[in-house]
Amino acid sequence: MGEAGVSRASPTRFLPSHRGCLLKHVGFALIFTAAFAVLSLLQGAPTAGQTAAKKEKDGKWETADGTPTYQITGDGTVDWYTFSGFRRYHSECHVCHGPDGEGSTYAPGLIESLKTMSYADFMLVVASGREVVRADKQSKMPALGDNPNVMCYIDDIYVYLKARADGVLPRGRPAKRVEKPAAADNAEKACFGGK
Amino acid sequence: MHRHALQGVLLAVAALATPAQANKDVVDRTADPNQWVIQTGDYANQRYSKLDQINRDNVKNLKVVWTFSTGVLRGHEGSPLVVGDLMYVHTPFPNIVYALDLKNEGKIVWKYEPKQDPSVIPVMCCDTVYRGLAHADDTIYLHQADTTLVALDAKTGKEKWKVINGDPKKGETNTATVLPVKDKIIVGISGAEFGVRGHVTAYDAKTGKQVWRAYTLGPDSETLFDPEKTMSLGKPVGKDSSLKTWTGEQWKIGGGTAWGWFSYDPETNLFFYGTANPSTWNPVQRAGSDGKPIDQKWTMSIIARDVDTGVARWAYQMTPFDEWDFDGVNEMILADIDVKGQKRKALVHFDRNGLGYTLDRVTGELLVADKYDPAVNWTSGVVMDKNSPQYGRPQVVKQFSTFQTGQDKNTKGVCPAALGSKDQQPAAFSPRTNLFYVPTNHVCMDYEPFRVSYTAGQPYVGATLSMFPAPGSHGGMGNFIAWDAGQGKIAWSKPELFSVWSGALATAGGVVFYGTLEGYLKAVDEKDGKDLFKFKTPSGIIGNVMTFSHGGKQYVAVLSGVGGWAGIGLAAGLTNPTDGLGAVGGYAGLRDYTALGGALTVFSLP
Repeated sequence: MGEAGVSRASPTRFLPSHRGCLLKHVGFALIFTAAFAVLSLLQGAPTAGQTAAKKEKDGKWETADGTPTYQITGDGTVDWYTFSGFRRYHSECHVCHGPDGEGSTYAPGLIESLKTMSYADFMLVVASGREVVRADKQSKMPALGDNPNVMCYIDDIYVYLKARADGVLPRGRPAKRVEKPAAADNAEKACFGGK
Repeated sequence: MHRHALQGVLLAVAALATPAQANKDVVDRTADPNQWVIQTGDYANQRYSKLDQINRDNVKNLKVVWTFSTGVLRGHEGSPLVVGDLMYVHTPFPNIVYALDLKNEGKIVWKYEPKQDPSVIPVMCCDTVYRGLAHADDTIYLHQADTTLVALDAKTGKEKWKVINGDPKKGETNTATVLPVKDKIIVGISGAEFGVRGHVTAYDAKTGKQVWRAYTLGPDSETLFDPEKTMSLGKPVGKDSSLKTWTGEQWKIGGGTAWGWFSYDPETNLFFYGTANPSTWNPVQRAGSDGKPIDQKWTMSIIARDVDTGVARWAYQMTPFDEWDFDGVNEMILADIDVKGQKRKALVHFDRNGLGYTLDRVTGELLVADKYDPAVNWTSGVVMDKNSPQYGRPQVVKQFSTFQTGQDKNTKGVCPAALGSKDQQPAAFSPRTNLFYVPTNHVCMDYEPFRVSYTAGQPYVGATLSMFPAPGSHGGMGNFIAWDAGQGKIAWSKPELFSVWSGALATAGGVVFYGTLEGYLKAVDEKDGKDLFKFKTPSGIIGNVMTFSHGGKQYVAVLSGVGGWAGIGLAAGLTNPTDGLGAVGGYAGLRDYTALGGALTVFSLP
């Protein structure tokens, strides 16, 4: 037991760059319902970032700008990290955010949030938490920056939810996946400090 | 004031003279069917009312007479209390208490709102529910989410004392009601998903001073298990019965919390409760040093303890080495019933693991252990042969063992799902029919355990699970059943679209009440479950139905306010992986039926 000796990427790494769009997102949320119908018509058209060419390194995919992303082939086979994200999400996140990122009576559906939320903002909220206190609502996203079960797999959870948000991955357990790459094993061991 | 002082002296004298006496105020008031002064209705947890004004013939005429919005949106469990002319209504976090005047159209007499750190919210697994207040000796006992136990003057709402029972920073929180018994208040703790080491604690009802604390796990001195005198399945438990069944120091973060209900038997001075799952949900990580299953006592157990000392009289572990999150916390109903032709002082318990247990509450002898949902498949049954080395143990079906299937592998089609064939929503017992009326879940799951690491105050789960309605059945996710605990048989079963997550109420009018997740209050016939009345309240019901009478008129009341585990698991609807890729939305999503909002609805005949 104990929390010592866990080496991992510092959450602060994710803080700067292109964040600061939180207020804009609130605005987006308002017109979102209308926009959703249009988006649906586009049939899961890739959002900005996914249109650009993807790069792969050791089984891990990223967009041209270096944001982690998913890879799903024609027969529904998902990359390891998307599958891993499915598992970790349903261990760490679903007790509040509901199955498959669909939301619950307790916390928002992340498949909606990730339609507008950037990777950097996602990191920020997961690592540092977020509190909403209104007359009708008190909610609190905990800061998970100290939790290796989340932070060691944060990219995995992100790409899984992004695939769900983009409408390219159905609910439930991904039916097919590629084998776990050696790089994922190594990263896991390094992140947990060899434990 | 001097009258109170005198009462105090008299009480003290009474306590000295008859040490086995329960709390007289609670005994007297729970015997009076006009009032409802503790969450469970009475010490036996029967949830049966002798009121019979509302009966099978006239219940169809029930009308809503008044309503009350609690102002809180989260899941509303538990029920209001009625003491004399006052009704007490609680809310989920922030745990507001309202005292309403029944003589004056529900006018608010006083309101108490504690200040709590919102950081407690996310460490409450599965919503910020609270299962309600208790009343004894002119005092309302509130056990807050942040584990502060507060004694309030029942007339004014003024604080008498408060004490902190746990540390939310370590994931210790509270959702349960308390048991006022004799001169003590007995309280539990939540947080097994955060690696909390579970305990029950007794506080002095007058001062809030801690009297004793009994852990679920650890050395005998801390579990208050007596190696010679504490019995399990007819034998003394022996030295360090808990420690011996854990690897290394895992017991220190081992779970086994006590977040369910308490019942009490004045005859034996024992109180009864159940303990939760061992942490983590990954059984491979909890295996013995030889890599084999190890019991992890006393998680997943029914425990009977002496109220005065906290020392365990007997214990029975239902699910040794949990592999599915089948917490053992559900209510323990005490009833004197015929068991296989013999009158027994029984304790009846409907476990998350899908088995309905009947035990002798005096000795802890196991009498009946049978499936109360035919879908249950993880066990082939419990060995009842006293001479077998497996006596009292459930036999695990290999195909559904998440441990044997292994870490990083998906065990498919386990019934019930982690939320159990029944969760905390309490059943009722009617002495008229000798049947137990049980709200149940009819949901199965796939379960994949994997390795996790422990961080204080962070979730410590270690499994992915997906849930779906029991295959090959009616397609719904719940049943409301009548159970014969003497025979271990379902008398009748009524399908429901969603899990039934509301506590039942049985009445002398021959009517049984429960709520549904869509928001219906339903009244059914005690004989066959036939619908007699239903009304759709403002939100889904996860509260417990209660009844009282005031001014000679019987009322039925229930809290609406969807949420809890049910609201998390079922809001979006379930998927069935066996339907194949892309077959989504085939099952009802709760969000298509109801929305958030805490409200009390009170019914009576015109």
